Amino acid sequence: MENYGKSVYLLENQCKGCTNCIKHCPTQAIRVRSGKAVITTDQCIDCGECIRICPHHAKKAKRGFIDAINNYQYSVALPAPSLYAQVNHLEDVNILLTALKDMGFDDVYEVSAAAEIISEESRKYVAEHKEKWPLISTACPTIVRLIQMRFPNLVDNLLPLITPAELAARQARARAMERTGFPADQIGIFFLSPCPSKVTAANSPIGHEKSEIDCVLAIKDIYPALVDSMKIVAGNPEELAISGKIGISWGITGGEAGGLLSDSYVAADGIENVIHVLEDLEDEKFSSDLEFIELNACNGGCVGGVMQVENPFAAKAKLQKLRKYLPVSAVHAAKTYPYDAKWDKEVEYLPVFELADNLKESMEKLNQIQELCKKFPGLDCGCCGAPTCRCLAEDIVKGIAKETDCIYILKDYLHKLSENIDKISGV
Amino acid sequence: MADVLTFTYEVSDEDFTRAGEASSDVKKKLKKLGVSPDVIRRVSIALYEGEINMVIHANGGTITILISEESITMILDDKGPGIPDIEKAMTAGYSTAPDNVRNLGFGAGMGLPNMKKNTDSIDIETKIGVGTKVTMVINL
Repeated sequence: MENYGKSVYLLENQCKGCTNCIKHCPTQAIRVRSGKAVITTDQCIDCGECIRICPHHAKKAKRGFIDAINNYQYSVALPAPSLYAQVNHLEDVNILLTALKDMGFDDVYEVSAAAEIISEESRKYVAEHKEKWPLISTACPTIVRLIQMRFPNLVDNLLPLITPAELAARQARARAMERTGFPADQIGIFFLSPCPSKVTAANSPIGHEKSEIDCVLAIKDIYPALVDSMKIVAGNPEELAISGKIGISWGITGGEAGGLLSDSYVAADGIENVIHVLEDLEDEKFSSDLEFIELNACNGGCVGGVMQVENPFAAKAKLQKLRKYLPVSAVHAAKTYPYDAKWDKEVEYLPVFELADNLKESMEKLNQIQELCKKFPGLDCGCCGAPTCRCLAEDIVKGIAKETDCIYILKDYLHKLSENIDKISGV
Repeated sequence: MADVLTFTYEVSDEDFTRAGEASSDVKKKLKKLGVSPDVIRRVSIALYEGEINMVIHANGGTITILISEESITMILDDKGPGIPDIEKAMTAGYSTAPDNVRNLGFGAGMGLPNMKKNTDSIDIETKIGVGTKVTMVINL
């Protein structure tokens, strides 16, 4: 996969330097400097909140485009389960899957099929690791990054399994090699993604070294062509679907947890709600017999992703309706190909919010921050370019901002200056 | 140079759902300081339990946090009814919490035992009808 770094980036010429994004960033990773937003990439978790909120469309997600299929002898599309909820009146998943082939892909492999295997592996892992209860789902890369940065005590609770999309990619490549005889590098694996965080995860995987996903496309980019192709193939779809209710349900909140076939779970969505759950979990406020926590950064789950088309709540209703026509699970179909899903690389705490690398220096800085905070008005107006007065104080201590960035302090400063000028000039 | 950082919190009993604000803020600060995750966990649990106790039993009070390079000291001072039998109160499962509090999932009788378990030292000064001062220390 081409090295994208973080997916979310700024289109500088469209940025007006307003304070919307800095106020909505859950990790306070954005500042406005010299009239433009600047993202601290170390602290960015690719949640897409700034893309959602920016009234000037100045935030974008780096991603691949469909022309890239020409770089490969053979291309396979991996549709996220939430894609099925983007179109109206879908009663037969095969129509959508056949339409992807009509668009130019040589084959399709449902992420929902791999999700059913992950559900099965999760059931086993949860049952065998009571000491790690509650296990926290790791399907949303934004959530895993958030925990790595802000919740060091919860890193051990992460369910150490790869994402359904990654497993689907491995299996799709194996199947394509078997079917075509092409070498691995002649096969392009394209994930059709609801969100930028999956782009970043394909570039810098969590829990494993290299991703088998070659290119991540945005659902919203392929959507118009998909709808056209669906009209063409609707009368005569191929039998391509290999998953059931359990897999498809991963597209909405509660779907992953539901696949565990246990009542002892909590499922939450929306980044602020998720942070609240994690804070309480860290303080051991949840019952000790809780087995599992499913967390999704977006409202409604993956249907709420920032690269989707449909309203998340309407999409959720559609997915629930679609489920009715499906078998519970078709997990055996996907088990034809290797399905080992365990992480093989350590996922560690990333202390990006620490003030310094030793306690003495950190204490000194925290003390300076406290003192500076007393000088500021506490309005959190954002005019300085930081989301809160406290953040400005931190930035000053870090040496990347100055006190007069605060307009209240600047006003006093100018007032004193003009008084002095008056004195000197004898007015 | 700041040898000891001091933070003070007023714990109000007006709104039960606000209990935990002090421990949550202390937790944030400790993460900024780069204190080890295990110490952060112990501080936030001990402090949260203490904060809840102040709200349930003592109509609120004051929390003072002292952070030095060697230790974190948490002082919880209230003007509540005092603890008649400290030994009993330190027993796991012993509770005087009324039903409405238990129904919220609190009052399981783990407050003081949990505070003791998570700290390196705990000292309780209490006087019936005057108040209670709990001092907990976690060494760094």
